[in-house]
Parts: sequence; structure tokens; C-alpha cells
Amino acid sequence: MELPLALLNSTEWTALRLSLQVALCSALFSLPIAIVAAYGLARFEFPGKWLLQVVVDLPLVLPPVVTGYLLLVTFAPRGPIGSILHDVFGIRIVFTWLGAALASAVVSFPLMVRAIRLAFQGVDPRYEMAARSLGAGHLRAFFTVALPLARRGVIAGFMLAFARSLGEFGATIMVAGNIEGRTRTIPLAIYTFANQPDGMAAAWRLVGLSILLAAAALVTNEWLERRRSPDVRA
Amino acid sequence: MSVLSFQCEHRYCGGFHLDVAFDVSHRFTALFGPSGSGKTSVLNMVAGFLRPQQGTIVLKGRTLLNTVQRVSLLPEKRSVGFVFQDSLLFPHRTVEGNLRYGQHRHNRRGHSSDFSRVVDVLEIGPLLRRFPRNLSGGERQRVALGRALLSEPELLLMDEPLASLDAPLRDRVLTYLERAVAEWNIPTLFVTHAEGEVRRAAQWVVLLQAGHVVGAGTPDQVLGLAASRLAPDATR
Repeated sequence: MELPLALLNSTEWTALRLSLQVALCSALFSLPIAIVAAYGLARFEFPGKWLLQVVVDLPLVLPPVVTGYLLLVTFAPRGPIGSILHDVFGIRIVFTWLGAALASAVVSFPLMVRAIRLAFQGVDPRYEMAARSLGAGHLRAFFTVALPLARRGVIAGFMLAFARSLGEFGATIMVAGNIEGRTRTIPLAIYTFANQPDGMAAAWRLVGLSILLAAAALVTNEWLERRRSPDVRA
Repeated sequence: MSVLSFQCEHRYCGGFHLDVAFDVSHRFTALFGPSGSGKTSVLNMVAGFLRPQQGTIVLKGRTLLNTVQRVSLLPEKRSVGFVFQDSLLFPHRTVEGNLRYGQHRHNRRGHSSDFSRVVDVLEIGPLLRRFPRNLSGGERQRVALGRALLSEPELLLMDEPLASLDAPLRDRVLTYLERAVAEWNIPTLFVTHAEGEVRRAAQWVVLLQAGHVVGAGTPDQVLGLAASRLAPDATR
């Protein structure tokens, strides 16, 4: 099946570009934080671990609109973090594509952490002990042994978060609004077109595009999962 | 002169009490005893993977652990090589990648690489480009030994390195172990509960039972003692 991309008008192209930009940036931004959180949760016992787990998982069960509202209040130019970003660094989050990326990152974060945590839990910690007996410090053992052995989970977590970000709607509309050309991603564009009397054709095109993008993300993930890396080649 | 002086006490949550003291002054010392006697815990304490509640560990005059002085060197600072029962070769690295992993330690010190010598003595040249999953159990243990040797440890710890191999293979791999330990003259502490391995390889034996040392001496002395003190399954 091939989508007639030539039929997309400039508004739809912009929505596609914005969606990819937001999903990619949010997944890339989340990745290092998710790796650290997942490794900590998988490997260490510490006071308050349950609380960290709850905080990490919360966006998974909260209505996205609630997550979006909390982000809006926090990152508004007069909010506790938004005021610092705005006054000190001149960065505005709310009603910009950065806000959309932030909303997507928060909403998809639990999925990413979950996949990566499972991967770290599947790596025998004695491999890191072996590395340390060979003179590697914590960091070297992590980067040369634990992380490469958990790489499939890391990739799966990234792809899941990317796919989830492509479909983010509730939190995004709260934090970033629905501004054409600036924050209107594909889901928001579909919502907008669906509410216009003559927008059904455009909505259908974007629905098709969404299905294609989501399927491509999942197929890529599946391919990476199944791909036999050199160490498992018979 | 004592190479390793070990005196540690540790009480586990389940009630098991480990209170062990011994010295290593021979090239090949066996820690011998039944399963659950605390042999592997002792190795983990020497390597720095397990911190005892009380004790001191001194390796060639260097304090690895002193709980009174609150000294506890990190595992990577102890210069102690470890060969695990199931080899634990890094599955994402080739044999050569595994062998070279520990070399950075002595390269940093400026020592020359001993790579080809290790490969020759252990006869693992044809395996260098293979991945661990394509090696037999005996080949894996030879590579694990080579990897530990190339990190130029001051003491080599082996935790039942032959336990997962069948009898004929055990003999062959033990020959490689003996040859390598003799060639590099590295003091070795070898955990086993197989009497045959003790008789063949060890110069000195420390007998453990239920977390305590119950005897130490030459293999003949200790195995006689073991036969009278331990359950039959401990001296198979």
C-alpha cells in the first residue's frame, strides 16, 4: 500500500514534519534519562525506590489531559520552572513545539523505562562483576557490558516512545495548543479537519498517514528485535 | 611469606554465620568443602563483590579490606582475577574482544602485552574470531582463564571452573589451568568440592564446613580429615 503523498497539501506536510520532529526530539531527550532510571530501578535497592517507580509510571495511568494541565502550570512563563526557563534562558515552552515535545516525552516516558528496565533485568549482573574484576570501573562496565547487552530493550523502548509520541493528543493540546504550522501535529490536525465541514478528505489522508507511520515504527521495532546480531548467529 | 591473609566475619540475614581466617602462601591453594560451606562467599569477599561486616584482607602487603579502618578497595582496584564457574564471557564480544577487555589495566601501567603468549599456552588461537556461544564448555573456560590472566592479576580466584564440564573434559582443562598457573606463577585460590581436583592440583588445602575453617594442610592431610568430618557427598 502506498500513500499518495503528493496529494498532501502544505498544511498536512507541516503537520507531518512537526509530528516527526516532536516525536524524535521527545524520544531522544527522554532516552538518557530513561536509561539511568531503568538501570537504577533494575539494579539497585534504595530508600524511596517505590516512590520513584510510582512517579515514573504515573503518566501511564493519568489521563493525558491531567498530565498536560500539570505541565502547563509548571512550565507556563509564570510557573515554577517556566519562569526560570523564560527569565534566565529566554526559552518559552508553552504553546511552542518544545511544549509538544515535552508533553510527548512525559507521556511516553513510562513505556520507554519499562522496556529498558526489563532489558537490564535480563542481563546477568555477574557480567558487570566480571568486567570489574578485569579492572573496569562502574562506568566502563556499564557502557561496555550492561548497555550493549541491553541494547535491544533500549531500541525497543525508543521505538515505543517514538510511536506513542506520534499519537499524543491530550497532553499536547494542553501544553502546546493547536497552532497551525507551529504546534499542530498529525493528531491535532486530524481533530481540526474532522471538525470542519470540508475537512473529511484531509482527515482521512492524515488518518492513513498515521496508520502508516505507527505501523512503520512497530515493524522497525520488530525487525530490530528479530535481527540476529553477530553474537547470536549460529 | 603469605601472599594473601584473610580474616572475615559475616552474618547473613538467614542466620548463616561465616567466620573464616586463613593464609595463602602456596601457588595453588584449594578451598575445599561441601556446598553451602561459604567457599564462594570467601572468593566474593576477596574480589570485592561482597563486603563482610568485619575483617581484614591483605594481598601482598596491600590492604584490600580493613573494616576497622574503613578501607575497602573497589573490585577494579584489587588486581584480583576471577574465573567464574560458568565462564561469563561477554556474549557480544568475540574471543579476542573478551581477552583484550582486561588489558587496559596493565597497558595503563605501561606493561607489555602478553596476548600471544596467553593464546599459545591455552591453545585458543583458532577461536579468536568466534563468539562465546559458538565455543564448547572447555573452550569457554580456557578463554575465561586467558581473559583473567591478561588483566595481570596479583592473585587468581577460580570458583569451581570445572564444575560444568564432563569428566574427560575436566582433566584436559585442568591441565591447561595447571600449565597457565605455572607459566605465569600467579598465586591461585581455587574453590572446589571435587576431591580429584584437589589431589591433582592443590599444594595446600583449606577445608571449610558451615562457614568455618575446620582444617588446613597438604591434600593428603586434609582429604583424610574431610573424609572423617564431612558428609560423603562432600568428597566425591
